[in-house]
Amino acid sequence: MADTRYTDEHEWIRMEGDTATVGISKYAQEQLGDVVYVELPEVGTQVAPGGQMAVVESVKAASEVYAPVAGEVAEVNGALVERPEMINQDAEGGAWFVKLKGVDAKAVAGLMDADAYRAYVEGLD
Amino acid sequence: MNAALSRTALHALHVELGAKMVPFAGYEMPLQFPAGILKEHLHTRSKASLFDVSHMGQVRLDGAGAAAALEALVPGDIRALAPGRMRYTMLTTDDGGILDDIMVTNWEDGLGIVLNAARKDADCAHLDASIGPGTALERHEDRALLALQGPAASAVLARFAPEAAEMRFLEARSMSLGGTAAIVSRAGYTGEDGFEIALADDAAEGLARALLAEDEVAPAGLGARDTLRLEAGLCLYGHDIDETTTPVEADLAWTVSKRRRAEGGFPGAARILEQLTAGPGRRRVGIRPEGRAPAREGTEVLDLDGRPIGSVTSGGFGPSVDGPIAMGYVGAAFAESGTGIILKVRGREVPAHVQDLPFVPHRYYRPTS
Repeated sequence: MADTRYTDEHEWIRMEGDTATVGISKYAQEQLGDVVYVELPEVGTQVAPGGQMAVVESVKAASEVYAPVAGEVAEVNGALVERPEMINQDAEGGAWFVKLKGVDAKAVAGLMDADAYRAYVEGLD
Repeated sequence: MNAALSRTALHALHVELGAKMVPFAGYEMPLQFPAGILKEHLHTRSKASLFDVSHMGQVRLDGAGAAAALEALVPGDIRALAPGRMRYTMLTTDDGGILDDIMVTNWEDGLGIVLNAARKDADCAHLDASIGPGTALERHEDRALLALQGPAASAVLARFAPEAAEMRFLEARSMSLGGTAAIVSRAGYTGEDGFEIALADDAAEGLARALLAEDEVAPAGLGARDTLRLEAGLCLYGHDIDETTTPVEADLAWTVSKRRRAEGGFPGAARILEQLTAGPGRRRVGIRPEGRAPAREGTEVLDLDGRPIGSVTSGGFGPSVDGPIAMGYVGAAFAESGTGIILKVRGREVPAHVQDLPFVPHRYYRPTS
């Protein structure tokens, strides 16, 4: 399994070949609570690092999902729109948000690895 | 959590049950338990949930003139309130705005009042300054308030006191709940049948544990309380009503009786009575967005030509409706159920329509005989 990296805004990103899969972390979904709505970008959208890429809404509140790195949206996970609760069930697996192409692997490698992210999250609680 | 926050008598129990605690109105309160808001909400509608609402203010007005003294501050009919009955009304400003919405119970020897947590200090100062020498204000600082809400609430509470099941909606009685002295009201903030139970702080955890031990009862937090009251079309102070909204604009004119309309004599009467006659310029309505995107508080409301006509004051997802729901104010011309409107959600125009409240029918216990 490819190496998963994390942002301090709680997105995860995983390079597979020249495509990166992006979602929100298990910690993020726990903080959100029951997810009831997801808004995904259009395929072909160019995203910038730290720029808004998607919206996720729980019963409590709306939250923005940011692009971890620059790239072009190659694919979106349409199943999330129909079944947003997938994010609570499988945040770092089947409930991915988008696949990005044209991603700089070095930019991904510069993000937190799983251990660094775990330490970061522990520092938040 | 901030050390300055107050704790209710059930704090240790909430933590033991795994609640996510959040600051709310100066208290550390459970937002949700491990089941989560959706399940807590649906459980309340299908069985019964126990809520801790001890952060709310509980006060008493004593003295022969208590009803008259309170009527000088609210548009509700307090003198006509029968003993053992309770009524919803609001403290109003001289401009007809709302200082707080409150529940008043007639105990014959005085009035019991429940106040919003965030408003209780301001309310008490207002009451103290206005009631006059013949009436005394007493704050119950050492009292908890539990809410048992849902269709199974009556059967559950009857196991502790059979007479609880006989009570009608908005009736209040003192009784012993399996040996615990309590003041029980058939009321709540969910749209369901249910009870609010006032009792001494030191008895609260024992009764809460006993209620939670019943098969039908699960704990629920402030998150579910908010989605339940929104579906029930009930106002949240500081959001749907405040000092800038009048009871008429807030669609609460039903709380102003014929006698009070005829006599006036409450703060803001001139404006409120004028609005009752001529109609308000804007009105609180239910709003049903099309699609799945929730429209949150602050969302701008436009007419179908794109002109601003109001804004959302409470909005989110209704678990029982299984879709987005909201409340807000729109110009009076747009207040009729079915009127098409547009919500500006994150720059996008979301079609919606005005819908009669409540979104989920109330199921209060009101036997006809």
